[in-house]
Amino acid sequence: MTRKRRRLVVVAAAMCCLAAAVGLVLSAFEENLVFFFSPSDLMAKEVAPGQRLRVGGLVEEASVQKMDDGLTIAFNVTDLANSVPVTYSGLLPALFREGQGVIAEGHIGTDGVFVADEILAKHDENYMPPEVAEALKDAGHWQGGAE
Amino acid sequence: MIAEIGNFALMLALAVSLAQAGIPLVGAARRDAAWMALARPAALAQLLLVGVAFACLTHAYVVSDFTVANVVENSHSAKPMIYKVSGVWGNHEGSMVLWVLILALFGAAVAAFGGNLPPTLRARVIAVQGMIGLGFLAFILFTSNPFERVVPPPLDGDGLNPLLQDPGLAIHPPMLYLGYVGFSVAFSFAVAALIEGKVDAAWARWVRPWTLAAWCFLTAGIGLGSWWAYYELGWGGWWYWDPVENASFMPWLVGTALLHSAVVVEKRDALKSWTILLAILTFSLSLIGTFLVRSGVLTSVHAFAVDPSRGVFILALLVIAVGGSLALYAARAPALTPTGLFAPLSREGSLVLNNLLLVTATATVFLGTFYPLFIDVIGEDKVSVGPPFFNATFVPLMVPLIVAMAAGPLMSWKRADLAGVLGRLRVAIVLTVAVAVAVFWIGWRDSLGATLGVALAVWLLVGTVTDLADRLRLFRVPAADSLRRARGLPRAAWGMSLAHGGMAVLVAGITGISAWQAERIALMRPGESVDVAGFVFELESVEAAQGPNYRTQRGDFVVTTGDGAAPVRLASEKRFYPVRGMDTTEAGILSTAMYDIYVSLGEPDGRGAWSVRLYHNPLVPWLWAGVVLMVLGGGLSLTDRRHRVGAPRRAAADAAIAPPAPAE
Repeated sequence: MTRKRRRLVVVAAAMCCLAAAVGLVLSAFEENLVFFFSPSDLMAKEVAPGQRLRVGGLVEEASVQKMDDGLTIAFNVTDLANSVPVTYSGLLPALFREGQGVIAEGHIGTDGVFVADEILAKHDENYMPPEVAEALKDAGHWQGGAE
Repeated sequence: MIAEIGNFALMLALAVSLAQAGIPLVGAARRDAAWMALARPAALAQLLLVGVAFACLTHAYVVSDFTVANVVENSHSAKPMIYKVSGVWGNHEGSMVLWVLILALFGAAVAAFGGNLPPTLRARVIAVQGMIGLGFLAFILFTSNPFERVVPPPLDGDGLNPLLQDPGLAIHPPMLYLGYVGFSVAFSFAVAALIEGKVDAAWARWVRPWTLAAWCFLTAGIGLGSWWAYYELGWGGWWYWDPVENASFMPWLVGTALLHSAVVVEKRDALKSWTILLAILTFSLSLIGTFLVRSGVLTSVHAFAVDPSRGVFILALLVIAVGGSLALYAARAPALTPTGLFAPLSREGSLVLNNLLLVTATATVFLGTFYPLFIDVIGEDKVSVGPPFFNATFVPLMVPLIVAMAAGPLMSWKRADLAGVLGRLRVAIVLTVAVAVAVFWIGWRDSLGATLGVALAVWLLVGTVTDLADRLRLFRVPAADSLRRARGLPRAAWGMSLAHGGMAVLVAGITGISAWQAERIALMRPGESVDVAGFVFELESVEAAQGPNYRTQRGDFVVTTGDGAAPVRLASEKRFYPVRGMDTTEAGILSTAMYDIYVSLGEPDGRGAWSVRLYHNPLVPWLWAGVVLMVLGGGLSLTDRRHRVGAPRRAAADAAIAPPAPAE
């Protein structure tokens, strides 16, 4: 094999790798990108039931309820303009509290209730997820100090 | 007073790094021996000065000097001593000082052990190290000074993030940094070689041990981080594709590629400019990892407060380091003419495939990690990229890599014979197919992925053992003969087999927990029991207790297997740290050779019951065993005579390039 042919083989292999990666990435993006919505966004935009998404805001005061099975909990996520009812079964992160920032990942059920399978609350009590801070700002209710 | 000494030492170090970065470089260009000779004492002085600064900061933490702002923000007088010390690097400023200390350590090591390097190369390598140090010291002094005072000093500090108060995490950052910064040596060698315009086998021989050492530390650091996440976060998982994990994983992937391509440069004098590029990329990703984690651009547990001046400085440093080295590469790399020829099907060819796959995989991880940031910058939408993305892109790229990993070492250099290689792998092929069919037949849940995972693990393990057995001519010559061959086999060969075997064990572990983990979230009252995967978990009691700087609720569990073995007691704690107002979970874990039993205590429901997470995690101990084997393999290879830092005397003579080694 000549030097040129050898180089061609290597380049072809590299191209195959690249093509495979591009294909994998594109198909993964199609299925696995999760968009973030504030409760106001959810009101404004159509979201298909079952599409995976994230909702973020504050846990509304006095909205947290425990269901009879002791594990499912229901609460509202609010950006202080609108709010969305959320249910979640499982262990809550340590810093899940009323009035604190929270991000819920899951999908909207047919009844309009957001069914979360993952709840993210940050590990530091002073921390506000940036998406949540942004959502509150958009709704005109941000009172936090400079970051 | 001591804090001021530390501050002063850092300033002196900055001045020294300026000299270290400039003078030897000019000296090397002019072939001026005296100017080049400055590199060595400068690198040693650098280590001394940064060492003094680090010692001063540690002293401030140990005696809880609350006149220093950094100590106030990250320490507390009631903290156990080990966490006072680990608090030094548990924050942005201190971690940067540790970073520079390790950089100075590596720079001094090159100066001390690089006696047999050609003088111009040595001067240039140390000068490039000085440039990196210059950037970081300026960053520390101008934007993140750890020695700033508070007036008036508070009575007590704010404490360290309780999640970081853990023995595993006390040593995780230093390990990780030894890895990240270790790659700076490969980077400096690459930049120096570009300035020299010469890359040869001897160059690769000098670079390999440093790369290998950095790789070992990084592997250990990532393993420790994963282990910590497993037992401390209480979610029963070991890898979350969190941006911070990815930030350390990307340099590891490219570093692994570098490790392998450097072999080709050394043995076959091919892939030279590619190897230089990999060295630059590896360290660039280390820099990006260090900065992005610490700057808060990527949000996670590790992110500290964001300060815009820092962000701009970081960006400028990244642009200079990455852009500058790549520009130099573009200008000089074409001059590095390849000499070694090889057929696509050869040892070199398999290493090229390894490199292509690793770099492609790194690119997908990079894209997934930065895509949300990118979308956020250009548009309105906020997206997140989670584990499903990485599982769908990264994992398929690893499959051919592992397939090739078993065959590669069996191929000969220059040109291999496929039929011969497959013939030698016949045992591996038969065993792999047999095990795959068996796993599929038993029909465990998620059987397709599990079948593939187990098959790959078996393939790689048997392939690696085959290679080793061939080298020892096991069962083909008398046992004593094989033993003699085993003694004669280079340690680098043993190291490679050990590391590849470790990878096989790791793949098995990943398959085990991914495919067969059993999880149950339950609400339990003391005295109740729950069944998970044939194990009966009984919650015996939950009691309150007091730790040194936390209050805790301790849940005692008794776990019984179905087959009548003695019951095992496990305890999981929910700790509350009043200083920070934070909770942490201490999972209760029973490790056996084949599985972990894992319990994690959640919240009380207020009516006498507790929510708990119960897991049966098959093969998790194999994850850690695999990582340990890989690190051991790397370490063993590092002790090979041919890799010994500073003493490749025979090798240098072979290459007939280096000047005679000085007497030692």
